[in-house]
Amino acid sequence: MKAIKTTVLTKYYGASRGIIDVDLAVEKGDFYGFIGPNGAGKSTTIRVLLGLISPTSGKAEILGKDIQKNKTEILASVGYLPSEFGFYGNMRVKEMLSLSSKLRKQNCEKEAKILCERLDLDAEKRISQLSLGNRKKVGIVCALQHKPELYILDEPTSGLDPLMQREFYTILQERNAEGATVFLSSHVLSEVSRYCKNAAIIREGRLLVSDTVSNLGHTGVKRISLRGVKNMPEIKDIRDIKTQNDTISFLYGGRTDELVKILASASFEDINITDPDLDEVFMHYYVKEESK
Amino acid sequence: MTVFLHELKQNRLSVMIWSAVIAFMLGVSIMIYPEMSSQMGDFSDMFANMGAFSDAFGMDQINFGEFMGYFGVECGNVLGLGGPIFAAITAVSVLSKEEKNKTAEFLLTHPISRGRIITEKLFSVITQIIVLNISVMAVSCIAAIVIGESPEWGKLALIFLAYFLLDLEVAFICFGLSAFLRRGGFAVSLGITMAFYFMNILANITDEIKFLKYITPYGYTDSGYIIKNGALDFKYMWVGMLFAAAGIITAYTVYTKKDIK
Repeated sequence: MKAIKTTVLTKYYGASRGIIDVDLAVEKGDFYGFIGPNGAGKSTTIRVLLGLISPTSGKAEILGKDIQKNKTEILASVGYLPSEFGFYGNMRVKEMLSLSSKLRKQNCEKEAKILCERLDLDAEKRISQLSLGNRKKVGIVCALQHKPELYILDEPTSGLDPLMQREFYTILQERNAEGATVFLSSHVLSEVSRYCKNAAIIREGRLLVSDTVSNLGHTGVKRISLRGVKNMPEIKDIRDIKTQNDTISFLYGGRTDELVKILASASFEDINITDPDLDEVFMHYYVKEESK
Repeated sequence: MTVFLHELKQNRLSVMIWSAVIAFMLGVSIMIYPEMSSQMGDFSDMFANMGAFSDAFGMDQINFGEFMGYFGVECGNVLGLGGPIFAAITAVSVLSKEEKNKTAEFLLTHPISRGRIITEKLFSVITQIIVLNISVMAVSCIAAIVIGESPEWGKLALIFLAYFLLDLEVAFICFGLSAFLRRGGFAVSLGITMAFYFMNILANITDEIKFLKYITPYGYTDSGYIIKNGALDFKYMWVGMLFAAAGIITAYTVYTKKDIK
């Protein structure tokens, strides 16, 4: 039984595209990253999974149950953090937390207290007086306090400062170690590559690739920048060439040792070899997809 | 019960203010009755014989010089407007506000079915309307006793029942609308209430459009009819109850399948 499984899941908003034929499989106990640029369909997928919107076609199962038939049952074992956390007018943090636990018919007071302490959140304050980051923490505690089997987190760290992000991921890793499944969406590749075991990349509503994070990161492509290069040698397998002042940079898809041999004959002032940034990783998979 | 209680808690201030204001205004209207009636004398006839104006407010059918007649008209002006406006704005926002305030993603991702949420929210609206009507009724009765009147209690109760049903009908129609909306809908709800109100006035003036009384819930709150017959005007009332039922059915069918934005 998979924690999340979607089969040719499709959602159209009227005529406009949400997601198309998404096949996603997340194993139980996984720490899964769902990566894509804004508007790619990350939130749409998550919202379908939670039954907030109904799919146009296709199927989705969570913990082996159909999301449309067993929605309430599924929601009982899921903790969800929306990307934008809305709150009720004049409520205090603790009131919001207790409302959430009452809706779950669970007593989560003890866990809520621990989480508030770890995330440095004052439960007595009114939510309307909190900063954006602190409001996000209220959402996090709501999603975590009942210790669910599956965490679905939509852009969980946006608005959190780096220290809090680290604490938050530490908590998630503890939960993951206890057997819970974590599924989070992000457009920050570095946090996905640091914490997630597996990941999928979505672009323009379609799932491009899903693999282990280490495989995804090693796209076999490097970004090469050469400054002050003279008599540029001919190199195969390069694309996305950019020239700025005396610097030329390009993506190289071949073997790195061969590149070094070729470059040995060239004369240049400086060289930089880096992993491509997220946009370029997208580009890589996007080009691959198109050339299929 | 959680959503129901949460809803009441969120709205307690609004219910308290609306109840207090309406009860106060109607209470004052009753308290000044002795003075009004002593000065009125012949004016009573005049009020009843102002042609279209009297027709419009249903004053041709009732004796303004008697307490029940006076009360019926005042009640129509105060509770007859305040009640449904409160009912309308409360009901129209009860579902839509979750999306407007982005709390829908919080509420609807808890293990509670949408049908259950609709039911609890509906009952919270009904409860608020009951609280408002009972407060107004209690204050009115006390005021009537204070000024030494002994109205026909049965008919008085029927008048209050009529306005309670009016509130419910307006609320249920707006509740149905609320399922479609993603924003407040304050203007829409107010518009509906006003449209009903003026429909009734027009129907009172012109016989050719008397059929409007079937559409507007004010058709069965006519205190003249209630005082004369000691009963509600059922031929208008059942149409209203159909509208109310349609509103509730709409709310359930639309909101249980709605895509939440």
